[in-house]
Amino acid sequence: MTWILNLLTSSIGRKLVMSLTGLFLISFLLIHLLGNFQLLINDGGESFNTYAYFMTNNPLIKTISYGLYFFILLHAFQGLALAYTNNNRSGGKATGKYAVKTYSNGSWASKNMALLGTFILFFICIHMGDFWWKMKFGDLPMIKYDGFENEVVDLYTRVSVAFDQLWIVIVYLIGLIALCFHLIHGFGSAFQSLGLRHKKYTPLINGFGVVFSILISLGFAAIPIVHYFNN
Amino acid sequence: MKLKLRVWRQKNNQAKGGFEVYNVEADEHMSFLEMMDVLNEELISKKKEPVAFEHDCREGICGTCNMVIDGRPHGPQKGTTVCQLHMRHYKDGDTITIEPWRVSSFPLIKDLVVDRSAYDRIIQAGGYISVNTGQAPDGNAIPIDKEVSSEAFDAATCIGCGACAAACPNGSAMLFTAAKVAHLGKLPQGKVEHKKRVQKMVGQMDKEGFGFCSNVGACEVECPKEISTENIAMLNRSYLGSMLSTND
Repeated sequence: MTWILNLLTSSIGRKLVMSLTGLFLISFLLIHLLGNFQLLINDGGESFNTYAYFMTNNPLIKTISYGLYFFILLHAFQGLALAYTNNNRSGGKATGKYAVKTYSNGSWASKNMALLGTFILFFICIHMGDFWWKMKFGDLPMIKYDGFENEVVDLYTRVSVAFDQLWIVIVYLIGLIALCFHLIHGFGSAFQSLGLRHKKYTPLINGFGVVFSILISLGFAAIPIVHYFNN
Repeated sequence: MKLKLRVWRQKNNQAKGGFEVYNVEADEHMSFLEMMDVLNEELISKKKEPVAFEHDCREGICGTCNMVIDGRPHGPQKGTTVCQLHMRHYKDGDTITIEPWRVSSFPLIKDLVVDRSAYDRIIQAGGYISVNTGQAPDGNAIPIDKEVSSEAFDAATCIGCGACAAACPNGSAMLFTAAKVAHLGKLPQGKVEHKKRVQKMVGQMDKEGFGFCSNVGACEVECPKEISTENIAMLNRSYLGSMLSTND
């Protein structure tokens, strides 16, 4: 089975890991956004809180969520390791930097994926510390809805309180701008790393990637903005 | 025209390098290398050490005249090497900064000359086809689709100059390796060894310590032969496919 190790430690294999984990995280973002749109429903949080109860108690979803945490960490640390190595391969100590650094080619995002990714990682820590941690280990109040047999955690109120504070809204918006640029390069790049490229469909993938990145970021941004202005 | 040149001077790999400023009188009909020749003639006449730079064919096919001119490998003109860049693109009073390729796998030898033998070793690892020598086979004995032969030919125009790695913020050799793999692997004669060739060449590329491709795309813009990153996608797919379908 050394071939698996050879594959995963080769330059192309490491990009494969980045690509597959990246695509998995992209699919997560879509599900996460669709679920969170329930925060915009004006029912005092009933649909969101019961949804949150389902997501944290369903065994299948719990299992997938552990996979998700693992893939986030794998994507982040593998990405940082790649960026660290790359930095030494050109413009590092061995060669020195180009005096005239025009690198005019390639988008800004494509050259700053590690920086954007680090921003996103910090954002995820803040985000999970604020909601996930408090849901799991904090003592958020419980609430009972008619027609729902169990008491559920009132995460909706916690979210609402958080988004009352302007600085938290701003932190979210910064995180989402970083996410948007990270995705704009990452979406198309994931397919290139897999070798899926053809004149026929690559423009479609890249075009869809840009639209998807912008819409998903705008969708997430709508939640804190709407809450802030509603309260 | 009077030009001010900032040229990277470095005695050897261990020595510390830095820029020297020279004034040179050029005319618009000169190629960039002829302008460098004028500079060196002047330096020699003043009993100074001439600037070391590589050059050979001076017609854009040998891939040796490698310099980063004002931050761009092979200079500002698209799809050409330094020897094909002419001074008519500059005007009197311009300042031009000239640097070597800065890639950790291309150790500097002197001034603007770097050691690109890492690319040779990638070729040696598998960038060939094993055929019996003898009579030249009939030109049309093996039918090849025109589209395929054009793609293979486009990849085969790679001159191995190293501009791809020099332009890459990661110092990656993927465009070079991909061009060689595509040029041989797309044609029936090269298909036989394609899977193993891909593994060997990628293995050697990694061993040489080139950076990881992050799909920035600077390589294809700076490539003097305008080789497309479509070849990199083909390399990725060939490598992943070969790792899953060969027995060793």
